[in-house]
Amino acid sequence: MKYFYVGATPEVDREALAAVREGVAGEFGAPVREIELPGLEFAFDAARGQYGSIPVLEMLVRLCPGDALKFLGLTERDLFIPVLTFVFGHAQLGGRAAVVSLARLRQEFYGLEPNREVFLGRAHKEVLHECGHLFGLVHCPDHNCAMSLATGVRQIDAKRAAFCAVCAARIERTPKG
Amino acid sequence: MAMKTHWKILVVDDEEVMAESLAAWLREDGYAVDTASSGRDAVEKAGQRDYAIYFVDLKMPGGMDGIETMMQLRRLQADASIIIITAYATVDTAITAMKEGAQEYIVKPCNPEEISLLVSRIIKVKNLQRENSILRKKLSRQYRFGDVISKSARMLDILKLSEEVASLRSTVLIQGESGTGKELIARAIHNSGDRAANPFVAVSCAALAETLLESELFGHEKGAFTGASQQRRGKFEMAEGGTIFLDEIGDISPKLQVDLLRVLQERCFYRVGGSEEVKVDVRVIAATHVNLQQAVADGKFRDDLFYRLNVIEINIPPLRERREDIPLLAGHFLERISHELGKDVSEISEGGLKVLLDHNWPGNVRELENAVERAMVTCRSRELTEDDFAFLAQNGQAAKTTWDPPPGMTIEQMEKLLIAATLQRTGGNIKEAAGVLGIDRSTLYEKIKRYEIPR
Repeated sequence: MKYFYVGATPEVDREALAAVREGVAGEFGAPVREIELPGLEFAFDAARGQYGSIPVLEMLVRLCPGDALKFLGLTERDLFIPVLTFVFGHAQLGGRAAVVSLARLRQEFYGLEPNREVFLGRAHKEVLHECGHLFGLVHCPDHNCAMSLATGVRQIDAKRAAFCAVCAARIERTPKG
Repeated sequence: MAMKTHWKILVVDDEEVMAESLAAWLREDGYAVDTASSGRDAVEKAGQRDYAIYFVDLKMPGGMDGIETMMQLRRLQADASIIIITAYATVDTAITAMKEGAQEYIVKPCNPEEISLLVSRIIKVKNLQRENSILRKKLSRQYRFGDVISKSARMLDILKLSEEVASLRSTVLIQGESGTGKELIARAIHNSGDRAANPFVAVSCAALAETLLESELFGHEKGAFTGASQQRRGKFEMAEGGTIFLDEIGDISPKLQVDLLRVLQERCFYRVGGSEEVKVDVRVIAATHVNLQQAVADGKFRDDLFYRLNVIEINIPPLRERREDIPLLAGHFLERISHELGKDVSEISEGGLKVLLDHNWPGNVRELENAVERAMVTCRSRELTEDDFAFLAQNGQAAKTTWDPPPGMTIEQMEKLLIAATLQRTGGNIKEAAGVLGIDRSTLYEKIKRYEIPR
């Protein structure tokens, strides 16, 4: 039996974690297990004031349980890769480990009033997006699809919390064992 | 929409984590991405495959920085889109990068949206260019009949006529200088007609002595001559149901002219040394580089045979009279020969094309084909330039001093041809023609009258 593991760093909003767990179970149909992840201080880059997504991904690969179908990490920390100012998430394309940062999904990050519904909706879409990469999907030209590229929250808000028929069929065809 | 994976991207950075993280991000966007850890590595990789976009880090150790890398990449691939990336932005480096041909200059870390928009904008242009190239190729196929390619109005008329007569049985006479593609036209006529499933047999009448040619065409019986140890079928029999292509028909002997006339009239012949009539159903397509009508006038070619052959007349113009075909043909040969030689040469530069357009092509399309092949063999880049065609100028000079007149031509015949050609060029202007020929007008009048040259 393979499990879909969802891990969270200590600071992660527990309500968001529960929503993500429910969303993953509903979308991919695999039994979900939770893991508590350590803090990400090791990945902190003082010069940028952000956390490197590459060392985080390396940690997830190290911690990935043997019975994991996929392993998704959640963090409240703002992530980056060296060449870009930030990333919403980072996944091994067609691999087992991915991480999603909740930091930039909150309205307050942009100096706006908090909005729980908007935040949870964005978190669900980003989780679907990074999980899609784990199943080997690349960005989809359909702007409504969860796999469409989003370089800002407006694009995340514009897409649906679902895969288009083509991407859904591709995930369906991916071996789950 | 074109698949993104058709487009390959090379990320060049000495810091592996930089190169790999950008590569991974671009792969998520659907591109095929490779990485290179130095300028040298990048140039080596670019030599092996074409990349649509190069992301090149400005500061790299090992003697080849981003600017030098970009210059070398551009030499390999003139149309490459190169994006210089740097963590140390200054106005000077930005200006230098753009001057040396960088398409963009970006400072890392950069906004994901910036890179995403930049890449999709470049790919959009590349897709349009590719579409344009495909459409141009489709268009060039419209200029095609069999293996003959042309866009000149005269040639298109010829190709149209050839297509129309393909299904007829009528004899065709193709006239044109050596290398104009007479056999290709003959094959295209054969392949487009009802006889396509049957043999196409080509015979060069100039290559064999009279007796050998007779045996070659009509076959021979056992014991017909010394060495004829068994019966042998000739080319006419081999072409049964199909087409026989008689090249250089103007060179056949008077006796063979009679034999050929009989085949055309009666559709039957005797093998050499034979007494049994052999009936054939063969379409005859003849070709010659000499003016057959002139040969008839000179009494060297039977007029009855000429009229039998000349049922459908096709005169192929020399390449110098249809220069618009030169780029089209050169492009066609480039594509075919690069495939045959396994070389990645895809373009002819403007300078190279100018050399081809300026050349006189005495050997016509065959010479052009050979020139492209010769240039390809020695070419060291992905583009044929004027330097690769330098040999044409040398050959041209050599040709001017070593003109080889047709065998058996008399001084009078040559003089007549020269006067006729000069008059044609001057549009019948006697004063101008006399000036070109270096004789006075009364002498020219006298020669025109003597040689019965039409004006």
